[in-house]
Amino acid sequence: MSFLSLLDREHTIAKPGFSRWMVPPAALCIHLCIGQAYALSVFNLPMTKLIGITQSAPEDWRLTDLGWIFTLAMFFLGTSAALFGRWVEEGGPRRAMFTAACLWGGGFMIAAFGASIHNLWLIYFGYGVLGGCGLGIGYISPVSTLIKWFPDRPGMATGMAIMGFGGGAFIASPLSVWLMGLFSTPTHIGVAETFVVMGIIYFCFMMVGAAIVRVPAPDWRPEGYTPPVTAQKLVTKNDVYVYDALKTPQFWLIWWVLCLNVTAGIGVLGQASAMSQEMFPGRVTPVAAAGFVGLLSLFNMGGRFFWASTSDYIGRKNTYFCFFVIGFFLYALVPYTGSIGSVTLFVCCFLVIISMYGGGFATVPAYLKDMFGTRYVGAIHGWLLTAWAAAGIFGPVLVNYIRQYQIEQGVPKAQAYNTTMYIMAGLLVVGFICNFMIKAVHSRYHMREDETERSAARVGATARPAGA
Amino acid sequence: MTTNTDDGSMKLKVALAWGFVGIPLAWGVIQTLINAMKLFQ
Repeated sequence: MSFLSLLDREHTIAKPGFSRWMVPPAALCIHLCIGQAYALSVFNLPMTKLIGITQSAPEDWRLTDLGWIFTLAMFFLGTSAALFGRWVEEGGPRRAMFTAACLWGGGFMIAAFGASIHNLWLIYFGYGVLGGCGLGIGYISPVSTLIKWFPDRPGMATGMAIMGFGGGAFIASPLSVWLMGLFSTPTHIGVAETFVVMGIIYFCFMMVGAAIVRVPAPDWRPEGYTPPVTAQKLVTKNDVYVYDALKTPQFWLIWWVLCLNVTAGIGVLGQASAMSQEMFPGRVTPVAAAGFVGLLSLFNMGGRFFWASTSDYIGRKNTYFCFFVIGFFLYALVPYTGSIGSVTLFVCCFLVIISMYGGGFATVPAYLKDMFGTRYVGAIHGWLLTAWAAAGIFGPVLVNYIRQYQIEQGVPKAQAYNTTMYIMAGLLVVGFICNFMIKAVHSRYHMREDETERSAARVGATARPAGA
Repeated sequence: MTTNTDDGSMKLKVALAWGFVGIPLAWGVIQTLINAMKLFQ
């Protein structure tokens, strides 16, 4: 048996006695590593001083040049998740995780070489392009596998994995700082060496995930679990082919639901430190603001698990209703917290808002599963991640440009975010309406039973859609 | 059918797998909490 055949779906089918609780750690092995992307900014300042060492030399890279590394990585995350989603789904999780490990680890190696010879294009290609593709493939690789292992708790299962993406930065940030300290000398900044070590660690960690992941046998059911006999209104028992799903209004409504929820959160997340200091001048110091950002990250991660698990009990649609209704009131309340000078209330508002931002990411795979079935949920999720990319542009632009416009109009800095908060609240109203309009997918989009069976039986083969 | 030995071995594997991902995650969370406490100082 060749090594590559070990990656095939047929070689990852779990034997009797396998515990499904092995699968969330496998997924976390991937997500904890690729979550490093959120901590990339710790390299920004050191990379602006690779030549000048103590301060930036004229030949050193500028922060604006370095910002493209993250932008490229996010762009290729969305693109690769959309384009390779069906390949991931049909090839199985191990092949996808192995590929993601090679791209992510390899991307770090090329970026390290780029840093060592001071060539930014190599870093763009290594971390931005290859690493970005690793991010996209890795992000969606465990989604449908987890849903198949946990048909009774799909929200909780995917929430655990996606929580790992939020948690990856917690590990990467202090680890990067420690490694750079270890490799730096008075005449050298150890960015390249840090990239090499992190690339090796991440490759090994992700390979463990690829080794331990398993898919359930087709007839497997959790002990004591009986699938509902009658389909619930918004939980289908049918599968929808990935490209047919894109033709449904439900897909685009969920796209907007995710995009609007993320737009509201991502703009705040990027500006949290500056916003807290500007809204409470003299009361929130830069050190305290850094603590605030840390707390936000924790609630971002915790919210992923909490809200996705809650959605198993109250339903996906109701969970998003919670995000939009609670979010609306909290965003509208933020300017009031500034006017009364209540830092505590301000912090509480944003902790809940950010928990719902993370919750939006973590609940959406289960929402897609409810709408389109489990067969192609990973691939459909891949396409949906384009909403994340779009929100990544809208959110920061809204917050930054409106703040700048307000300041130019003579509005005091402490009140410069008020309009943005009301706009965010307005976006959530639009999100609420989109969520409200989501109904069950029409049966003409469902895969025929014989097609579903054939696509499940033909490992690695391309399933033909019924409605295409 | 699984034996008791198989069952015990699987439980050990599950514990090891969770430890493998849980320990680094817990370390990261603790580091972040330490930094976050500065908000209240």
